[in-house]
Amino acid sequence: MTALLERPSAVKRPPRAPGVKAGKRAPYGFIAPFFVVFGIFGLFPLVYTAYVSLTGWRADQPGSEHSLVGFDNYAKLLHDQFFWNALKNTVGIGILATVPQLLLALGVAHLLNYRVRGRTFFRMGVLLPNITSVAAVTIIFTQLFGRDFGLINWVLGLFGVHHIEWQAGTASSWIAIATIVTWRWTGYNALIYLASMQAIPFELYESAALDGASKWRQFWSVTVPLLRPTILFTIVVSTIGNLQLFGEPLLFSNSQSPTNGGSQHQFQTLAVYTYDQFWQKFKYGYGAAISWALFLVIVIMVGLALTLSRRLRGVSDE
Amino acid sequence: MRRAAQRSPGVYALLTLVVLVSLFPLYWSFVGASRDNAAISKVPPTLVPGGNLLHNLKTAFTDFDMRLALFNSFTVSTIVTISVVLTSTMAGFAFAKLRFKGRNGLLIVVIATMMVPTQLGIIPLYIMMANWFHLAGSIWSLILPAATSAFGVFFMRQYLVTALPVELLDAGRVDGCSTLQLYWHQVLPVARPAMAVLGMLTFLATWNDFFWPLVAMNPQNPTVQVALSAFAGGYVTDYSLVLTGALISTLPMLVVFAAMGRQILDGITQGALKG
Repeated sequence: MTALLERPSAVKRPPRAPGVKAGKRAPYGFIAPFFVVFGIFGLFPLVYTAYVSLTGWRADQPGSEHSLVGFDNYAKLLHDQFFWNALKNTVGIGILATVPQLLLALGVAHLLNYRVRGRTFFRMGVLLPNITSVAAVTIIFTQLFGRDFGLINWVLGLFGVHHIEWQAGTASSWIAIATIVTWRWTGYNALIYLASMQAIPFELYESAALDGASKWRQFWSVTVPLLRPTILFTIVVSTIGNLQLFGEPLLFSNSQSPTNGGSQHQFQTLAVYTYDQFWQKFKYGYGAAISWALFLVIVIMVGLALTLSRRLRGVSDE
Repeated sequence: MRRAAQRSPGVYALLTLVVLVSLFPLYWSFVGASRDNAAISKVPPTLVPGGNLLHNLKTAFTDFDMRLALFNSFTVSTIVTISVVLTSTMAGFAFAKLRFKGRNGLLIVVIATMMVPTQLGIIPLYIMMANWFHLAGSIWSLILPAATSAFGVFFMRQYLVTALPVELLDAGRVDGCSTLQLYWHQVLPVARPAMAVLGMLTFLATWNDFFWPLVAMNPQNPTVQVALSAFAGGYVTDYSLVLTGALISTLPMLVVFAAMGRQILDGITQGALKG
């Protein structure tokens, strides 16, 4: 995992410097502030949430924090239709928010890699969405996606599309939420791809061109394979992020109970469902079990995404 | 790829389109914030700003206490940023340049924790803050968990491994510097560019954080993002006011971006952010 997550850099790192001698205790003094805070607020909560998930703890029932119920919460999950529904939504929206985004980012990076005037302006421009907050962006987009007065429906109307109530349908709400995520993250990923693209030696393209490879062919046969480590990195990071979507589905909902994720729960993600059970229904134990389930889903999906992207590469190489 | 011959107008057109799409939603919030609700609910939509901005800003600040929200967000983001930059530089230095037992093992722990999703900590953190420390609703419930960052430690370590020559440290040792003096006189000056990037990223992330502040804080004592979600959550049906809120929350970040965005950009494109 370590090797995988170290973003490939253009420059080969020199052999690891041996470091200087220090007193026996000094180095620990330097890492202590991090590890103390991390131990209390990072590591301990992980252990504790595992414990909480084994209790029948409900905030509205005093004393229930001591009721150990074993794996009951997890057993209940398996029969909870809302859990399966949220799982479906999480994976569906997750894929919809990741795959087109990374493909788009590749395209944008390719454009940015041309020698153009105003390079810095264009790069700053594509990075801008990334500094905005989930809350602000979702609010703005929810207005843009408005049924009656939203700009998006108005534009679609020019092409004869009837007004869409984006929150109402499964597909439409998934697309809208994925659009918000894609808008915020495409530029960031494009810049990461760009950094790797610039490290590709120009000679490779020259010799490919001599062999008669078209631009398109060069892109897929030279650029993409050489970007592989970077692409894998972005797949892992995006998958982890996009399976935890919370603010977007919550604030996109225009109903009085936003934690439902739509009238039919059609865009209630697992993170929103966790919040719903924990915050609205006071079920600490059950909420903790859902968040562990989500963690498991993330691990599985990252594994799947990595396996799949390896496969795809094998096919395109032939 | 990088050939002068490829300065085709198509590339410019596409790039301009991408930037326009990137800018438009923010521009739209400005248009909305400078008009009133009636203008927003017009068909076809109005695409140019109006003259209602000051009025909307005033309403946002008087009817809804955006001042407290901004103050909270500034305080939390500033303290968290200073703390993360300092502790990350210290630990990053130790992991990069000091020899000690268990160094590699502990570094792997740091990297592994970067993979753990934040949502897993929400419920236990809330129980700790509410039931044990009695800090729920206070800005300290936001500051303490964010005071250090595994990403920050790893980021600074990666930077210092190559940027800080061992010879420099050895020379300092010959001059009789203690490790703390080495850190102060040699590590910090070298680390400054990376500290700036890490500081900006931390400030942005803290300012924009939503899930945990929504749980830990309340509408009476919110951060900007929490206040914004209350704005949008049905208390206000006036869209021009809601968009004004979105604009207010984004403006400080736009200022940061305008002033120092170049460094973030360099950080990303030159691979300094070896995540």
